[in-house]
Amino acid sequence: MSSDAIDVHALGKRYTIGATPIGASTLGESLTNWVARPWRRFQHLAGRGDGAADFWALKDITLAVGIGEVIGIVGPNGAGKSTLLKILSRITSPTEGYVDLHGRVSSLLEVGTGFHPDLTGRENIFLNGAILGMFRAEIVRKLDAIVAFAELEQFIDTPVKHYSSGMYVRLAFSVAAHLEPEILIVDEVLSVGDLHFRNKCLGRMQDLRSEGRTVLLVSHDLTSVRQLCTRAVMLQRGHLVDDGDPAEVTRRYERMYQDAGDEQTGAADRPHPPADYHLRRVELRNAAGAIARDFDAGEVMEIHLWSSGRAPENSYTVEFKLLNGDDQVISFGAANPVRATYYLADQQHFVCRLGPLPLTEGSYAFSFTVGVWNKARWDFWQKAVRFTISRCDLFGTGHGISNVHDGDFVIPQEWLAGN
Amino acid sequence: MAYPLRRTLRLEAPRSWQTLNLAELWEYRELLFFFVWRDVKVRYKQTVLGALWAVIQPLTTTFAFAILFGRFGGMSKQVDGPYALHVFVGMLPWTFFANAVMAASNSLVGSGHLISKVYFPRIIVPVAAIASGLVDFAISFLVLLVMMASYRVAPSASLLAMPLFLLGTILTAAGAGLLFAALIVTYRDVRYVVTFVMQLWLFATPVLYPITMIPPKWHLLYAINPMAGMIAGFRASVLGGSVPPNVILVSSISAALLFAAAVRYFVQVERRFADVI
Repeated sequence: MSSDAIDVHALGKRYTIGATPIGASTLGESLTNWVARPWRRFQHLAGRGDGAADFWALKDITLAVGIGEVIGIVGPNGAGKSTLLKILSRITSPTEGYVDLHGRVSSLLEVGTGFHPDLTGRENIFLNGAILGMFRAEIVRKLDAIVAFAELEQFIDTPVKHYSSGMYVRLAFSVAAHLEPEILIVDEVLSVGDLHFRNKCLGRMQDLRSEGRTVLLVSHDLTSVRQLCTRAVMLQRGHLVDDGDPAEVTRRYERMYQDAGDEQTGAADRPHPPADYHLRRVELRNAAGAIARDFDAGEVMEIHLWSSGRAPENSYTVEFKLLNGDDQVISFGAANPVRATYYLADQQHFVCRLGPLPLTEGSYAFSFTVGVWNKARWDFWQKAVRFTISRCDLFGTGHGISNVHDGDFVIPQEWLAGN
Repeated sequence: MAYPLRRTLRLEAPRSWQTLNLAELWEYRELLFFFVWRDVKVRYKQTVLGALWAVIQPLTTTFAFAILFGRFGGMSKQVDGPYALHVFVGMLPWTFFANAVMAASNSLVGSGHLISKVYFPRIIVPVAAIASGLVDFAISFLVLLVMMASYRVAPSASLLAMPLFLLGTILTAAGAGLLFAALIVTYRDVRYVVTFVMQLWLFATPVLYPITMIPPKWHLLYAINPMAGMIAGFRASVLGGSVPPNVILVSSISAALLFAAAVRYFVQVERRFADVI
């Protein structure tokens, strides 16, 4: 027996699109298809197909995952990540090739699958546990632990339809966390729930890893891939294109997909400029005055913005909104009223000196607005430019802080001994 | 852990000839139990009358038909004993059958979310839908016993044969239910066909009339409808009386064939469900 937990060999999955709809949804359509098929087959053979074709969601995937490896799958939408997950979870079957799974498998494509709103928390634990492949005896044994993990002791006999969404997710995740598979296949279920619970979830993943279980994780959150995984692979249009150290694979992935065009440099031109007065270019510059996209926490940044021409009137403002990796607005700045700086209509180049940046490691973006405070918004340039904080070690201790677990910024702090 | 450690599972393209994996079904027996348990629990949880609903449906239809056909249609002269009792005894397995087929037919589409997120043998879903109907059947069977007592009709030893006809009814329901369920996943319009088929099927089955109304030379043809033999046999085993043995035989064969064909078709297409649901 090999020491692999998962062996994927020349795996391919084909969907037929176009001519024969995947789910001909009525019998009538299907009959029409069936009648028309010989003619289409003939056309196809004669090389005159109607372009409707087979679509290979996955092709020639060969991958061996060793026991105890935590492997992250990254790739853009449509790369075949979900299809691979569905095959590994046995939801759909491959068209060619095979997968060998050596060991008990649990797959979590979402949390709370099969929850019924009218059943109580306790009843749903049994139902969901059974759906995830647990035996009744096993659920009985773990029931107290599951309830305690979810922190729902008081509400466990309440129908889950009365739960808040947070409680619901906690219960669902808690059941999932008590699975003891040898191989765990997880979709981006980590992205649900509040921060506290997400951390609990990440902690549980780390436990699994230290228990030597094999985990296959699909994620868009590159930071969690870097933190949790021992290995990462990248899928692109159904092919496996990269395999290796998670830090390197995710970096190459970022370079390929997140930094299209000028953004790679920390500068951007307006892709589809509006006809009217607008902001046309942005540059992020570091302390040396060079265009940059990677900054360290504690550095200063200069934002340079150019407008398309003369502004409609005097005394206007330029504003930024700072967004974190989840596209949440985490900060705001403005020429006025925040700093009581008013621009004249002729002004076409604006500079904002920002910093020292108190941000944690991760990816951020700026959106910009130009207009008259509280009166007119002439232009709004959403997510104009992205930048990353690649190192956050404000106090020089060698310990980095990331925005996945620990929020988006760091407050200057000192720790002392009390009396 | 219940599973043997390091068991290897190979996932590959479905072979052209699929068979029902009984060992796997056995492994998933608890899931079947939980699905039935969920259906029963949810059905009675927020209803005022609870389990009474299981009784109300066959009772009301029985009385409606008893008045319509018994009083105005002169059907009561065609049967031995009280016509209402005759109809109710037929209505019990029929109600179970019709509800089971309807529930099973729509079960897969109703569980579409589950099917696209988790693996388990898909056949569990319609089978659970049928099995949960048995609870209703059991409750209304108690009502039948009360009704028989009030009509002073005593069951005879032939009652022992009743479970066999119930089994045949379950088999037929599973056959029709699995077939429709699998078809509806791919062809949603089959749903309307099911309602229609069930209405016609009732009249092709000796629920409202006794099988003696069918001329003997037609019996074999009539018995191709598996429910003909099952309902007639069910009634005879409860109320006494006899059914031509060839009717029972043909219906039994027919039920078994329907079931086998349905299972065969189901396992053949189940691997596709998640792609089309």
